[in-house]
Amino acid sequence: MTTIDTTDTNDMPPQDPNAVSITINGRTVAARKGDLIIAAADSVDEYIPRFCYHPRMSSVGMCRQCMVEVEGPRGPMMVVSCMTPVADGQVVRTDTPQVKRAQEGMIELLLANHPLDCPVCDKGGECPLQDQAFSHGAGESRFVEEKRHYEKPIPISDLVFLDRERCILCDRCTRFADEVAGDPLISFTQRGNNTQVMTFPDEPFASYFSGNTVQICPVGALTASPYRFKARPWDLEQRESTCTTCSVGCRTVVQSSRDELLRYQGVDSDPVNWGWLCDKGRFNFQSTNSDDRLSTPQLKSGDSFVAASWSDALESVARVIRHSREGSVAILGGARGTNEDAFMWGALADAAGITMRDAQLDDGLPSSVFSYPQATIDSACAGGTVILLAPDIKEELPVLYLRLRDAVQKKRIRLIEISSHETGLTKYAWKSIRAESGTAAAAIPALMAQADVAAQLASGPVVVVAGRPNLAESATHTMDAVAAVLTVAPSASVLPVLRRGNVRGALSLGLAPRNGNDAATILEASAKGNVDCLILLGADPLSDVADVDLARRGIAGAKFVVAIDTFLTASAAHADVVLPAAAYGEKDGTTMNLEGRVTSVVQKITPHGTSRADWMIAVELLTLLGHESNFTTLSDIQNAMSAAVPGFGSTTTAVAIKRDGVVVSVTPPSSAPTATSVAAPRNSYEFRLDLSRKLFDRAIGTITSPSLENLATEANVFIHPLDLDRVGAAEGTNVRVSNTHSSIVLPVRASSSIPRGTAWVPFNQIGADVRELVRRNESIIDVRIESM
Amino acid sequence: MARLTEENVRLAREIIGRYPKARSATIPLLHLAQEQDGYVTNEAMSHIGELVGASSAEVFGTASFYEMFKFEPVGKYLINICGTMSCALMGAEELMHHAEERLGIKMGSTTADGKFTLERAECQAACTEAPCLQVNYRYRYRVTPDQLDTLIDDLSAGTLSSEIPAHGVVASVRQHIPAERGVGAVAPELVTENPVWLDGKAAL
Repeated sequence: MTTIDTTDTNDMPPQDPNAVSITINGRTVAARKGDLIIAAADSVDEYIPRFCYHPRMSSVGMCRQCMVEVEGPRGPMMVVSCMTPVADGQVVRTDTPQVKRAQEGMIELLLANHPLDCPVCDKGGECPLQDQAFSHGAGESRFVEEKRHYEKPIPISDLVFLDRERCILCDRCTRFADEVAGDPLISFTQRGNNTQVMTFPDEPFASYFSGNTVQICPVGALTASPYRFKARPWDLEQRESTCTTCSVGCRTVVQSSRDELLRYQGVDSDPVNWGWLCDKGRFNFQSTNSDDRLSTPQLKSGDSFVAASWSDALESVARVIRHSREGSVAILGGARGTNEDAFMWGALADAAGITMRDAQLDDGLPSSVFSYPQATIDSACAGGTVILLAPDIKEELPVLYLRLRDAVQKKRIRLIEISSHETGLTKYAWKSIRAESGTAAAAIPALMAQADVAAQLASGPVVVVAGRPNLAESATHTMDAVAAVLTVAPSASVLPVLRRGNVRGALSLGLAPRNGNDAATILEASAKGNVDCLILLGADPLSDVADVDLARRGIAGAKFVVAIDTFLTASAAHADVVLPAAAYGEKDGTTMNLEGRVTSVVQKITPHGTSRADWMIAVELLTLLGHESNFTTLSDIQNAMSAAVPGFGSTTTAVAIKRDGVVVSVTPPSSAPTATSVAAPRNSYEFRLDLSRKLFDRAIGTITSPSLENLATEANVFIHPLDLDRVGAAEGTNVRVSNTHSSIVLPVRASSSIPRGTAWVPFNQIGADVRELVRRNESIIDVRIESM
Repeated sequence: MARLTEENVRLAREIIGRYPKARSATIPLLHLAQEQDGYVTNEAMSHIGELVGASSAEVFGTASFYEMFKFEPVGKYLINICGTMSCALMGAEELMHHAEERLGIKMGSTTADGKFTLERAECQAACTEAPCLQVNYRYRYRVTPDQLDTLIDDLSAGTLSSEIPAHGVVASVRQHIPAERGVGAVAPELVTENPVWLDGKAAL
């Protein structure tokens, strides 16, 4: 019988020129040119054993475990499937006796020097070497000689231990440190019979990403101190969640045993974190388990707190709100909670007529930054030019740093950085210019007019990464700089990099300032006695607001302060009522990352003490204030949220539970554009103060995590080496840093990454508080530095 | 115990200039460091890392592959006595015992005055001249215990210093490439076109 092909060839999808078809164990597999055999096999669940291969890193063929047979002109040939690209018509077999023999041989060799101390090894139970020795090994070893011996685990950093006996030299950790993190602080040393992974003597593996090496180690050679000997893998229960330590929103699994959080592991979300986490996000689960957590509501009585019941505490809050003058209740914070928390608090504020609210603490950007066309991490990394008008991405949003660095290394994008001092991305920047705080906007037109820059901008899409680089510099300077770029490159999109996990969600879902009443305005009003009730929703202005004087006056001026927090923070200590909040890992919900991507966060353990999710507190208060409330479950809120927030479609919460979530386009209410400001020129004998964050500081989540609390450094003032001579102080000695507002004493350090005339002080470190010199109404802060 | 001296940094920059990638100069610079201090110090390795744009760990990873780079102080004269087959048959063991007794140290250690280090070496490719040894990698053939004594005496007296420089000195005459004869290495970032043999494939 003849069939006539009636298909019009014009309707056929265009043939992909890169399409390749291969056969694996008799199955036809579609792949693309350049794919590796092992990746093609993974795509159809044909498992090839492996140790060194990792899809997010380059292939090195170190372990030889992934040998397969490929038909060749001279018969079948053994090849390493992680180093061999597919070719059209390739015939691959992974199940022949030859392949089995090779795999068993490799396992036997790898185990020859392996101590087989699985019963005392943390990896036992989730160990690729153990698992594959069972699934692909011969079961017997012929090796009877003495094994190689090394000193058992040696610390290679504050967080990571190395057991060289267990190591199979797969090059995953060293490759990660070099290729992905850009911190090649570990390397193969003593190559030969005694090849071992090692740091340089006395130079620890102090990478912000060191925890990833522990996760990808295919044996128990690398272990992280926070998890060592804490649990067995088969005792762990896990749920997939999203890290809310910063606003990148990395996907994680949250693992617990016996109702205690024990470990976070990175999950590969293609648009976000590619499986990586920073050490702060990975190890701050200890904070949730801290004994210092608040467990019951507290009422201020005299100078101390007394425990109270939830009903008494909530009633006293409701009473104060009821009796407050109109427009005298304020809500600060909300960026550390879930979308549902923010939405409920926004709904409460709307119902109770609370107009003063802000999810940021005067340390971000006005929400007008969201009214520009928005970029995503993927779109920023896809190609073209990325312009950084942002804080040090490596310090504040470490995994975004990994993504941008990767895009530069793979020559997809070019970075143009305009910053007041060198950052972690400076050495990857195509152009990096130093603009003193307050002068970035003025420097941009000239920079953009340079012929090569103009050509680069014209060659592809432009993404502006916008954040607050200097907490002692007004946000208007950054907004002016963003506007200046957009003037030159009108089609550019903006990736706002604000601090705190769910800041975008909180701003989008009801906690954005109304009528320009931002955190600073609220604190100012409070200082003048115009706030009867100040609600701190997971906010600690005394620690986080750069103008600490304003924060102090604001807290002191409020007639009644309610703190809803996980710990008794500096600000909560001044509260009249403290309500214990459920922490990360203790509540379900959704979160929104810096792109606007909505993903799920999950409850894994019972909330500490009697602490409750923020949304529950809002619902209770709503009822106590006499408003009708039909909210009893999280899905009630999610339904209301989908209905009430334009852009937050009904499917959002359903999609959010999937790994990659969904990017929603919710534009938070934007205050009128603030007037541009021009920084006064700096006197030549003064320094411009540059105050910015490092990854590890005295933040509450860090100091309550025992393994992280010692990673914060001492407060220092960093200036250029030539300026050090000018000041006449020796490195490390105390100098007086002063302006008309105050004067503090700090040790001084020379750093050539700081331009002349700038004084950089890391924010919130141990020692004198430089925020004493900061006043919010001055758009830049100049200080004098004198030797003592 | 130190970073490279100013003079050696100048030399280092000259050496780095011979290569298209600064990292390629790592091993010549390690020789320079070993020449300066007699062994490769940690400070020198960090300094080399700064000069060639590698981390200290990468420099150490490279250096530690090579037996001839020492990371702890060795004597001014490093005596390597071959102990492989031909030399062993021709009396290398006896020679080693004699050396140990004469210097009062065990193989693998250094005399208290920092003059001599003894090491047992693998085949030095002079089997026809067994037993052989090297002082700072300069050969001595068919060595008898008496000749070893004389050698140690001469080294102590300094009469051989023109022939055998201190440990770490690779050659007594340093090679310089005059600028006009330099090839002029192209910085990798200035290379815009792939070499023809890459043929559109990704670079390794």
